[in-house]
Amino acid sequence: MTRTLDHAGRPIVAITGAGVVSSLGAGKDENWSKLTDGQSGIHAISRFPTEHLRTKIAGTVDFMTPPEAGSTALTYALAEAAVLEAIGESGLSADDFGGPLFLAAPPVELEWRQRLALDSEGAKAGGGEAGYDRMLLAARTGVHEEFFRSGQFGTVAGRLQRRIGSRGLPITLSTACASGATAIQLGAEAIRRGEAERVVSVGTDGSVTAEALIRFSLLSALSTQNDVPEKASKPFSKDRDGFVMAEGAGAFVMESLESAKARGATILGILEGCGEWADDFHRTRSKPDGSPAIAAVRAALDDAGVATDDIDYINAHGTSTPENDKMESLSLSTVFGDAMASIPISSNKSMIGHTLTAAGAIEAVFSLMTIRTGTLPPTINHLNPDPAIELDVVPNAKREAKVGRVLSNSFGFGGQNTCLVIAAEPA
Amino acid sequence: MSSPDDVVITGIGLLTSLGEGADANWEALCAFDAPTIDSERFAPYTVHPVPEVDWSQQIAKRGDQRQMEAWQRIGTYTAGLALEDAGIKGNEALCATMDLVVAAGGGERDVDVDTIILGRIAAGETDTGTIINEVLTSELRPTLFLAQLSNLLAGNISIVHKVTGSSRTFMGEEGSGISAIQSAAARIRSGQSTHLLVGGAYNTEHPDMLLSYELGHYLMRDPWRPVWQRARSEGGGVVTGSGGAFLTLESRAHAQARGARIYAAIGDVAADLGPTDSAETRKRLDRLAGETAIADADMIVSAASGSHARTADEKAFLSESLPDTPVRGVSTATGHLCEAQFPLAVALAALSLSKGEAIPVLDDSFEAKTSDAPKSIGVVTVGFDAAEGMAIVTKADGAGA
Repeated sequence: MTRTLDHAGRPIVAITGAGVVSSLGAGKDENWSKLTDGQSGIHAISRFPTEHLRTKIAGTVDFMTPPEAGSTALTYALAEAAVLEAIGESGLSADDFGGPLFLAAPPVELEWRQRLALDSEGAKAGGGEAGYDRMLLAARTGVHEEFFRSGQFGTVAGRLQRRIGSRGLPITLSTACASGATAIQLGAEAIRRGEAERVVSVGTDGSVTAEALIRFSLLSALSTQNDVPEKASKPFSKDRDGFVMAEGAGAFVMESLESAKARGATILGILEGCGEWADDFHRTRSKPDGSPAIAAVRAALDDAGVATDDIDYINAHGTSTPENDKMESLSLSTVFGDAMASIPISSNKSMIGHTLTAAGAIEAVFSLMTIRTGTLPPTINHLNPDPAIELDVVPNAKREAKVGRVLSNSFGFGGQNTCLVIAAEPA
Repeated sequence: MSSPDDVVITGIGLLTSLGEGADANWEALCAFDAPTIDSERFAPYTVHPVPEVDWSQQIAKRGDQRQMEAWQRIGTYTAGLALEDAGIKGNEALCATMDLVVAAGGGERDVDVDTIILGRIAAGETDTGTIINEVLTSELRPTLFLAQLSNLLAGNISIVHKVTGSSRTFMGEEGSGISAIQSAAARIRSGQSTHLLVGGAYNTEHPDMLLSYELGHYLMRDPWRPVWQRARSEGGGVVTGSGGAFLTLESRAHAQARGARIYAAIGDVAADLGPTDSAETRKRLDRLAGETAIADADMIVSAASGSHARTADEKAFLSESLPDTPVRGVSTATGHLCEAQFPLAVALAALSLSKGEAIPVLDDSFEAKTSDAPKSIGVVTVGFDAAEGMAIVTKADGAGA
């Protein structure tokens, strides 16, 4: 008789499907082979002009939608691809899924091509000077269904719900760089509370635009090492100088272990624990003592009912910013103590960049694959280690290891920190 | 019957065109005669502006105030009002373990910077992408991004009020406010959380915010009239309002243990999203009504937006499925607060139950008089474009009531 309740008496949450898209490619196979091979998806930006920009590189996904389709269309296409791969693997229906949808998606705004089109229409309609009055005139006199939809925050979830037949009111969420992990957490909680037997959780981000790049640049968050794009993201290195913006999506289908077993599904892994803690220190910087990250890691371990020595590998947040990597290292050393020296930890962002809203979900998918394949993906570009960071970062080349349980970290701007514990199916 | 696991409302923070604070909003609603509106500034559109506020009352540091655009300031301020009302503000231990769920849209763009770009391109400069890069790089205020970013309303609440148990931001117009309260109540009921701050805020006094509605032809352009009487108005039927609504929710056991005043209890929130044709919408509304047993309520507080088709569908549902229940369309008085609509309606329902008075008729064309003090109120939100939610709010009984 399989145990179906966890240490706290809640339904055990099984992962029965996973899907991923990143700048490395579409699907788990292509991504995993390139990721474990240490290939980088970071490249010079071709989607828009980069004159005047300090950062001219990103991990954009250029193979899904045409550049003129815009961010909302790409964000949707990425989410749909990851979700369909995950549902396909689960064996559940891809047009009548029957459970709720939790979507981590970037905030939306009208795009510049749309603003310019409206202003120009407003001029033709007899509006005065260029600006908002003229755009509003164009809005009320013309038909702009597509523009309207792309500016509504509920659009991507609504469209995805129609595509897959998910149920109820889908949740669209943002906890900044922790969003993808939060989507998985919300899904797991719905199963644990008995509200759903199956859920789909997805994190997606197709929002690399000139304006987004400029915004992060103005906060001095981005790497400006444009010359060799694939070497710019170098988490835990001494010469790291910021993250590299990137796009992608990751998705999980999760079910109560009981219902997954009952329908004979293949159990890919267990979503054992989720922990979160908010930071009240600063809008972009984390508390210097790492206490919120420490609390989030401990909350995840407690929620999973496991101890520090049960963790075999850590999927780092590892953004390659000077501050995050230092804080993450400090926090983990505090939680894990001396044992931290022997726990391998690597950053997928060294290869796929920081996929922002999607990162927590993509990295959860890669954490699951680490368990299933017994291969630790490397931290590439680790040629000049930061002497202040004493971690086994699986430098530059993959490593084979038996991994039963992974901790995956996500720490966000705005102080939202979320950690997940993912484990192999118990024997 | 009350249970220790009941989800109770112990603090209400409101800032709307009616005024600042729960009591001021309640009194203004009870004395409602004509709305506080501005039809000049964004003509041909009418908006409900927020009153003048001394922001430092809830956001002590001027440096913090400067880091926020209007929407974040309204929300952070209103969250402070709710914490103060609940007797939690400044209580470090309670705030540090308090969970936070915020329903948020996006913040305000810099109109001057956008206008420079539009002007140069309209004047004939053709290298569009390069001009955008040049102007944004040199003109954008570096921290404006954070003042616009959806999850930074929650971030500011953590920074200013030290609420740090957990922080989640939901997005998606009215649906986000429905989901926020749905998820918050479910977490408390299941024992996952003991006390939680939930709500949303919206600033409509910005042309970009109006533009996002008007692209779908949703804004009313006629002189103002009550929300139920806009079917034949020019343009859409939505009149937006600035404001915020935050609630502190607790388990009854947690509230009683700290001797908190209890406004009301809230039941499970039922919510859905689907095709918006009248027949499908009605099926969903009737199903949600069944799930919440909303027909048992003594009164309905509706957050109807005035949006032509959606409010027509809601009126048909209310008059045909709940023919004997008096309705109050509170947006008549406050305007449409987008993400904050459902939290606002729940807050006003809780105030009515706690005061032991029905909300008076705001528009006698659709709202029936009642002198009975309600014991339970059904809250209905039909999103202006999509999403529906319902919940029952009941009079608090037992200790703390």
